[in-house]
Amino acid sequence: MTGRLHVGTRKGWFELRRGAACWDIAETAFLGDPVSAVLALPDGADLAALDLGHFGAKLWKRPPGGAWREVAAPAFPPKPADATDDPHPWSLGKIWTLEPGFVPGRVWAGTMPGGLFRSDDGGETWALNAPLWFMPERRRWQGVAGLEQPGLHSVLVDPRDPADLRIGVSTAGVWASADTGATWRLINRGMYAEYLPPELREDPISQDVHRLARCAARPEVIWCQHHNAAFRSVDGGANWTELPLRPAKFGFAVAAHPRDPLTAWFVPAVKDERRIPVDAQLVVARTRDGGASFEVLRRGLPQRHAYDLVWRHALAVDADGRCLAMGSTSGGLWLSEDGGDSWTAPEARLPPVAALRFAD
Amino acid sequence: MPVVALTAALRRFLPIPSVRVGGATVAAALDALFADSPGLRGYLLDDQGALRRHVAIYVNGAPVADRALLSDPVQPADEIHVFQALTGG
Repeated sequence: MTGRLHVGTRKGWFELRRGAACWDIAETAFLGDPVSAVLALPDGADLAALDLGHFGAKLWKRPPGGAWREVAAPAFPPKPADATDDPHPWSLGKIWTLEPGFVPGRVWAGTMPGGLFRSDDGGETWALNAPLWFMPERRRWQGVAGLEQPGLHSVLVDPRDPADLRIGVSTAGVWASADTGATWRLINRGMYAEYLPPELREDPISQDVHRLARCAARPEVIWCQHHNAAFRSVDGGANWTELPLRPAKFGFAVAAHPRDPLTAWFVPAVKDERRIPVDAQLVVARTRDGGASFEVLRRGLPQRHAYDLVWRHALAVDADGRCLAMGSTSGGLWLSEDGGDSWTAPEARLPPVAALRFAD
Repeated sequence: MPVVALTAALRRFLPIPSVRVGGATVAAALDALFADSPGLRGYLLDDQGALRRHVAIYVNGAPVADRALLSDPVQPADEIHVFQALTGG
């Protein structure tokens, strides 16, 4: 059963452990520094990405039982002289997600400004995925709201075939590679953007995919929280069907049950102008029928004057699909041991939560 | 040789020397510093070698003019100070 949870916040990294009665903070690191992504590697090492306001994005690694040390962060190559019309910077802005590659030592990093990086040595060194970065269509990628750079926030690796990849970009839709990133194609059909002119409404590259989550046991099943709807695909992201998410269609986070392709969790919020829970009540929406219907789960979550927003990487489910964790922009942290039916909060007032993940 | 003094805020991440270095430009002085402390480069410069947006370098109290190439000249008696830029309070 899952016993550790890593939380990356605006002001530090936290490890919680399951005790006899409750989850509690057992370790802290990088106090005062923004942590943008966390990952526990299969060999027991941990990675933490820092987003230092002055000094750039950094990556730190801790071997099993060892101490944190800085390792090389992903870096962009020299910008060619003829790339002056590229609207995006050629310099790492933020490591937004770290994903296991299902090959020993392999880790993927999704970044701002929209670069995908691969490590084959457990995060010690990184190489830019050049085919994606040098693709002419990348110049059509748009920035994340409030930021100037596109953000590659989701990397889905097929556990059965680690060469089979999907990425989600805000804002550039869903891209697929069947050859470990040697070639890419834009694949999403069925999504729509209600915030764009009619002629661009169904344009695949214009879709603001907020987050993708894949069922580990049935990787062809992918869930998406989009800027204006929730969608599900049963064909690896090629075609998408809108889901009747409630109590709102907007949100950032989605988690997929690792074994049951019919079950997923979302955290809906009032749409983009406001970004707060509906009626100031924090809830999780769960479907167990493939998205045909949703239950609204609220037991143990704040139901009065709650203005918590849950970011893309701040909802996680463990390998059993029973234990969930959720963190908010107000520093709230909640855990569920029963698939979301009920939630408890560890005794802590955390900084705003950017990312969290179960370690084992 | 110019003296380079680094903000103490870097101390949480890596050892920070305050040293006399060679070099006729800010870039050359920093290169001499990075030769001793390779990890420092990424804290001060971005992936293209430009000064990070929220880092400031002053030569004898004046901010450098060339943030992209750091070609500002320095004299042997100069002091180069590296700070966090106070962007956003």
